[in-house]
Amino acid sequence: MAKVDMFQSHDYMLLDELISDENLMARDAIRDWVKQEVSPIIEDSAQKHEMSLKILKELGDIGAYGPNIPVEYGGGGMDEIGYGVIMQELERGDSGVRSMASVQTSLVMYPINRYGSEEQKKKYLPKLSTGEWIGCFGLTEPDFGSNPGGMVTNYVDDGDAYILNGAKMWITNSPIADIGVVWAKGEDGKVRGLIVEKGMKGFTAPEIENKWSLRTSVTGEMIFEDVRVPKENLLPGVQGLRGPLSCLNKARYGIAWGAVGAAMDCYDTALRYSKERIQFGKPIGQFQLQQKKLAEMITEITKAQLLVWRVGTLLNEGKATPAHISMAKRNNVEFALKIARDARQVLGAMGITGEFPIMRHMMNLESVITYEGTHDVHLLITGMDITGLNAFE
Amino acid sequence: MNLLVCISKTPDTTARIAFKDDFTKFDEGGIQFIMNPFDEFYSLVRAIELKEKFGGTVTVLNVGEPANDIVIRKALAIGADKAVRINTAPTSAFSVAKQIAEYAKDKNFDIVFFGKETIDYNGGEVAGMVAAMMDLPFVNLASSLEVDGAIGKLNRDIEGGVEKVEVGIPFIVSTAKGMAEQRIPNMRGIMMAKRKPLEVVEPVDTVDNIEIVKYELPKEKSGVKLVDADNIDELVRLLHEEAKVI
Ligand SMILES: Cc1cc2nc3c(=O)[nH]c(=O)nc-3n(C[C@H](O)[C@H](O)[C@H](O)COP(=O)(O)OP(=O)(O)OC[C@H]3O[C@@H](n4cnc5c(N)ncnc54)[C@H](O)[C@@H]3O)c2cc1C
Repeated sequence: MAKVDMFQSHDYMLLDELISDENLMARDAIRDWVKQEVSPIIEDSAQKHEMSLKILKELGDIGAYGPNIPVEYGGGGMDEIGYGVIMQELERGDSGVRSMASVQTSLVMYPINRYGSEEQKKKYLPKLSTGEWIGCFGLTEPDFGSNPGGMVTNYVDDGDAYILNGAKMWITNSPIADIGVVWAKGEDGKVRGLIVEKGMKGFTAPEIENKWSLRTSVTGEMIFEDVRVPKENLLPGVQGLRGPLSCLNKARYGIAWGAVGAAMDCYDTALRYSKERIQFGKPIGQFQLQQKKLAEMITEITKAQLLVWRVGTLLNEGKATPAHISMAKRNNVEFALKIARDARQVLGAMGITGEFPIMRHMMNLESVITYEGTHDVHLLITGMDITGLNAFE
Repeated sequence: MNLLVCISKTPDTTARIAFKDDFTKFDEGGIQFIMNPFDEFYSLVRAIELKEKFGGTVTVLNVGEPANDIVIRKALAIGADKAVRINTAPTSAFSVAKQIAEYAKDKNFDIVFFGKETIDYNGGEVAGMVAAMMDLPFVNLASSLEVDGAIGKLNRDIEGGVEKVEVGIPFIVSTAKGMAEQRIPNMRGIMMAKRKPLEVVEPVDTVDNIEIVKYELPKEKSGVKLVDADNIDELVRLLHEEAKVI
């Protein structure tokens, strides 16, 4: 039987007052949608390690693909806070669902909108925004994760097409994607983006199975064996690692909001449980040790909310730096994970079951703390920003 | 079709209700407000569905102060075409009905929709009053509504069955469960709602013909007492002495 999603939001410092009416309406709409469509099926989907194609499509209907892309290309025309609150609410449901929307919006639609030709924008963006087409983003390779600049995937000129060779690994949605934005080196050694379409000869995308994390989202490889990619599929507007890194920046910003959502769900679950579960004749929420956990959770959630609101405001004003975004992503995912672990303990044995969402969030967050730049890498970005010294070299 | 949907603003279903000024006024402090769910899920959605089928315009109307605009925008985000707010605080069913009837009388609406009641005062009176003031037929508590030419065909769930009603357009309807399903606004709708017209109309003079003297909160429910299955004597004692039912 599908469980009722009892989630109630927590706004300890009245931060809703910082958010515009229409963004609050967007947040509430996504929250309603998650309660109606995601919560009833997500536990089962995670237990079975199956992605829901229905949800993948409906994310397009509700407008979660490209909310911050211009309306003329099928986007929502929203600002960055609007995008943020959507990511928060999706991840409140499940990080895998949020990942679908992050990848489609920030890693596929964003580069096409920012670096694509007019023909590319018209061809791809409207179909991506409705979910008729699903996209993926190929940067990471088996031997190049934190160090994407070392990538070996490459293309050579062959008349009216480029011949693409190489392999990508850990690619969200690759087995089901209709198109992929693939980053590869040209003959000059510079990284460029190519739009690879499903069905191109020599291109396969096997699934990576048996994950213990993000089990509601499919992850796969992308293998290119002499794939002929028409020249008009090259993104004309960018060259060098700046291209993929600018996409990651957008996605990381959304992840920083998403982590707040996962943390809120864990906190809300633990808070409710602590008032209902009786031991030694009183609710466990009356014991100081449990109150410490809960009080620290809401404190960290409040700080995380302020951080993403500030970064979102800076992004809207064109003043956010990649280092600002790294700090928010790193901090918020770390605390979401810590909150998930503490919240799980509040529930005792019940916390390890699928009756409650906490353990699923906790396992999901292990991916979230790794992808889009690991926890360590974001620390080194802050380190480099404040010292001016590069620890990667 | 020219459709009017009257919407009101109510406290959220999870709001903690309190009163002030010696229990004579509802305390709005810290309360989250929403669109009355019957207006949103049943009236508004059915009106939009009819418009999608037959073409026309869905206008939403609210009697209320500027703070209500956020609820009105939500109706526009869900799919209404335009909105009207009659700029006065709603103080009684009668005065609200008067404002609505005065506004609607020369606008040639085919159907005027109300939800079956609001979830705060649960009066369920405004729709009938508007019908009387406008001298139009009124179908109360309809669970479905189809339009066939100039005729509205409605179902009403009644004790033990369904009553089928036909009524000539124009008419007034109050909508109940079964009429339609909730529609969650999508992001595009929310952004478009900003650009749809919201007209503010000044109120006509009315009087309140009732006065709220006092509110009371229901008695708190006491906890459940579990009695051991073998201890019938204790159960009988509790039923007799505490519950006083035997
Ligand atoms: C579920 C999932 C989905 C993903 N989806 C995508 C996708 O859609 N597209 C895509 O391109 N990629 C995707 N990724 C890949 C992800 O971005 C990489 O896993 C990530 O960048 C880390 O790379 P790696 O796994 O190779 O780890 P490595 O880079 O091998 O890192 C291993 C460890 O070494 C540490 N380390 C590395 N370099 C340094 C250093 N200089 N100093 C200190 N410590 C260091 C890391 O912090 C980490 O702890 C996904 C990953 C997962 C798990």
